[in-house]
Amino acid sequence: MILSGNPPRGKLLTALLILVVVVLALAPFLFPGSKPANVAAKICVFALLVASYDLLLGYAGIVSFAHTMFFGIGAYGIAITLYALGPSWGAMALGLGAAVVVAAVFALAIGLFSLRVQTIFFAMVTLAVASAFAVLASQLSWLTGGEDGRTFRVPEVLRPGFRLIENGPFGITISGRTLSYYLVFCSVVVLFLVMLRIVESPFGRVLQAIRENPFRAEALGYRIIYHRTLANVLAAVFAACAGALNALWLRYTGPDTSLSFNIMIDILLIVVIGGMGTLYGAIIGAALFVLAENYLQTLMGAAFGALNASGAGFVANFFNPDRWLLWLGILFIFSVYFFPTGIVGKLRAEPKS
Amino acid sequence: MTEALLTLSGVHTHIGRYHILHGVDFDVPRGRTTMLLGRNGAGKTTTLRTIMGLWPASQGSIHFDGARIDKAATPDIATSGVAYVPETMAIFSDLTVKENLVLAARAGAPDERRLEWMFGFFPALRKFWLSRAGTLSGGQKQMLSIARAIVEERKLLLIDEPTKGLAPAIVSALIECLKEIARSGATILLVEQNFRVAQDVGDLVHVMDSGRIVHSGAMADLAADDSLQKRLLGLSLDSHQ
Repeated sequence: MILSGNPPRGKLLTALLILVVVVLALAPFLFPGSKPANVAAKICVFALLVASYDLLLGYAGIVSFAHTMFFGIGAYGIAITLYALGPSWGAMALGLGAAVVVAAVFALAIGLFSLRVQTIFFAMVTLAVASAFAVLASQLSWLTGGEDGRTFRVPEVLRPGFRLIENGPFGITISGRTLSYYLVFCSVVVLFLVMLRIVESPFGRVLQAIRENPFRAEALGYRIIYHRTLANVLAAVFAACAGALNALWLRYTGPDTSLSFNIMIDILLIVVIGGMGTLYGAIIGAALFVLAENYLQTLMGAAFGALNASGAGFVANFFNPDRWLLWLGILFIFSVYFFPTGIVGKLRAEPKS
Repeated sequence: MTEALLTLSGVHTHIGRYHILHGVDFDVPRGRTTMLLGRNGAGKTTTLRTIMGLWPASQGSIHFDGARIDKAATPDIATSGVAYVPETMAIFSDLTVKENLVLAARAGAPDERRLEWMFGFFPALRKFWLSRAGTLSGGQKQMLSIARAIVEERKLLLIDEPTKGLAPAIVSALIECLKEIARSGATILLVEQNFRVAQDVGDLVHVMDSGRIVHSGAMADLAADDSLQKRLLGLSLDSHQ
């Protein structure tokens, strides 16, 4: 892969990744309409968010439940500054910068105070801190908008009403919404490449060594606490960037879209389905998960209607669209059963001698 | 007498409520191979781990190259020039052979000439350079584990039972490797249960029993004295000859 020296390894995996990236790159033109655009943007944001969690869990072996907190810090950073200072690029940059600094400081503090303890205690500490942060965000309603969250305006060129090109060649229209999407897409691509570079650097190798056996890594002269804390800070910064991009796309930030524990569960599911310790798993996992979440019910509705029309009423009941969550759960169980190392782990070939 | 690189004086180690080392005293002279022998449970591995700082000494002192290290953190001990090869083929199985060695060469990429020297007695490492270390055989993993310790010049090598569980042919190859490393001028403290290996590679010997040193001397003298061997090492020798 470009800049990283970490190719996907495996033809099928490479083809799958190229397909996902190309479809995402052309999504506004291939699938017009607001729902496909929302789905594509969510895939991009989750690919970045899950990759940042993979850096922590898959590479450093750190189990954290505070990742949505950092995602929320990014989202609230953008929301608060754009709400307070008005829709300008300067306010956006200030919001992003402040969010990144706050996320890094929080991650540093959590890391220094709790990464010395055993994995399970660190996980519990992060759970407590994330819960406290979520309560704080809904209590400080003068700042965050409380349970209602904050709806804010973005700079004019990113607004749906803005037209960069209208009825151009092939009838193409490039609106502010399209530009917003490409801002999200391009930022995710750049940040993902930076993460790939990080995991392929000597620092990434040390993280993998620490994950496999911390005592052996120490005996080679590496300080575990330093490397783990730095990994925690980096993951938090990338998660904050994902949160900021999500907020920009939605033009809204609230507890449900940025701090909910459901987001943490989604991250865990995607990282397991995609494959831990691969980074590429975040792209495949996010694409599958978000597509299933958004289109499984529609697909089941179509199957239900077709089966009912053909008189197979009993079988049709299995595909009742109201049961889509049950099928989503079954799909996850099967994917974990057949791909215990994740889809990317399964498709990745061993490096040749 | 050669100057001591490592000196343990009255070292006691507790693991939880168990008192394992009861005042261990010995020297490891520079440029020599010193064997640490003893029955199972005598405290040999604990001694190496205590030197490395993985289990802190509760009493006594450890001096390495003129500096006291018994209160130092493991990474500091490692960076001061001590390499440790644990008995469990301690490689990073998810990383490739190359990555394992690059990780151990903390100064950057391993020196090409040193790599060539290592490949001379560990040819399998060149062959499986880009393979995941977890896919190597037991003997190859042990070779990688030792190679990691010598990929950069270290002042002292602590090696814990490198021949444990290996086939006789591989043990013979490993003896040659250890001799070659010793010939390069390295200082080695080697724990070994296999007396043939100890006899072949050791210059000096310390025998441990119940967390204490019970004999120190030249390896050749112990090898030549059957009754001393029987008295000091008993069953552990019979089963490994």
